[in-house]
Amino acid sequence: MDLKAGRLVDPCSTRKTLTGAWRTFVPVVDQEKCIKCSLCEIYCPEGCIHQVNGQFVPDLDYCKGCSVCAHECPRTCITMILEEK
Amino acid sequence: MSKGNGSSMIRDTANMKVVEGSYAVAHAVMCCRPDVISAYPITPQTHIVENLSQMVADGELDCEFLTVDSEFSALSVLIGASACGARTYSSTTSQGLALMYEVLYNVSGMRIPVVMNVANRAMGAPLNIWNDQQDSIGARDVGWLQIYVEDVQEAVDATLQAYKIAEDAQIRTPIMVCMDGFILTHVYEPVELLDKERALEFLPPFKPADILDPAHPKSFGTFADPSTFTEFRYQQFEAQLKALEKIELVAREFEETFGRNYGGLIDSYQADDAEVLLVTMGSVVGTIKDAIDAMRSEGKKVGLIKVRSYRPFPVLALRKALKDASAVAVIEKDVAIGAEAGLVTDLKAAFYNSSIRVPIIGFAAGLGGRDITVKDIRKIVEKAEAARKEMKSEFEFLNLREEIL
Repeated sequence: MDLKAGRLVDPCSTRKTLTGAWRTFVPVVDQEKCIKCSLCEIYCPEGCIHQVNGQFVPDLDYCKGCSVCAHECPRTCITMILEEK
Repeated sequence: MSKGNGSSMIRDTANMKVVEGSYAVAHAVMCCRPDVISAYPITPQTHIVENLSQMVADGELDCEFLTVDSEFSALSVLIGASACGARTYSSTTSQGLALMYEVLYNVSGMRIPVVMNVANRAMGAPLNIWNDQQDSIGARDVGWLQIYVEDVQEAVDATLQAYKIAEDAQIRTPIMVCMDGFILTHVYEPVELLDKERALEFLPPFKPADILDPAHPKSFGTFADPSTFTEFRYQQFEAQLKALEKIELVAREFEETFGRNYGGLIDSYQADDAEVLLVTMGSVVGTIKDAIDAMRSEGKKVGLIKVRSYRPFPVLALRKALKDASAVAVIEKDVAIGAEAGLVTDLKAAFYNSSIRVPIIGFAAGLGGRDITVKDIRKIVEKAEAARKEMKSEFEFLNLREEIL
């Protein structure tokens, strides 16, 4: 990566600069129990849970592991798991 | 090491004018053609920006002069202005500089080449408006370059040099030109004011490669996570090391154009055969030179090393300059409360891993505006001579009034 002095970047830089590195817990969705209500997508403060091929999947490039999705899920089908790196 | 000829040079007195130090510096800033000035008044800095504001109002200087609500805003404004390609200027002191603290890091981290005069003043509490250098020494690690000047002429000349150093594409680092408050800002002395045309030749226009431009959107100073933050700090560190050469180069270029030289990183006085070398920064250099003249006439081999560039810290130049001394005494107007003081600590660190073994003692002097006299300098030299045999104290407060403690 070419680091421009002063942290100078072009627009849309977070497409390249991934921000999920400080996550400690990772959300794991039980797709069997999921009723596709989309509350996790609505509540996610980072806007990083989206429906992919019908299933709600957290984008781990940006997920900070805050667990809001797990807290809000009415079916409690999201579990926060300690992520080993 | 380049050697200045500050005291012995012959000046062209025909162009000299007797002006207040603050006016002389304001005039120098005008000759540097800033596009945006933003400042907040605070003693003893006020006269500098007051004069600049007058120059803008009188049409002498084509520049946006922004009056803001605080020093925090004063410096923040300049980040935006400079990022848009404007040459920028501010000036402050003491509590004003302290209020800028967060912004100081933002300016240096975004590599914004602001030039700022610091009219050195004590930090409260207790409230004190007199001169010492606690304010800028306290900001020594914020990533700015710091130049300390001896007299008004040097303050003028260093201000012009500062733009050339800070705006260099390889350096792009903000710079403080530190001048002792009142002693230099309020003194009237003969000064050769800069010639606008020659300043124009000396200092090219500010043309940064990247600016904020709606047609080509960019962001400065964005997020850097642990995987890159170290590298950004390293870039700043490297730029300061490059400034070591640039400061010397600009001092030589300045001499070619204007005929005056104060040394680049450091300057010396009667240092070549000196046994005791004093090291200091700022206006007390004048008193020390007088004291040295007196002691030399009595046969004492005493000399002076004046540190102009405190950041970057000129480790190699100082090793070379001090290697043959038998004792070194550092006189400085600041104290690192709980340790020693800025200059003496840095100097000792510069020597520890070298082969040079010379006793170094430090003095916190002139705090809160207390005078430093020729008699005081003699006393310091005596202590340095004594330290060659036995070091009784590595660091002390000069003239501590024990009777009132």
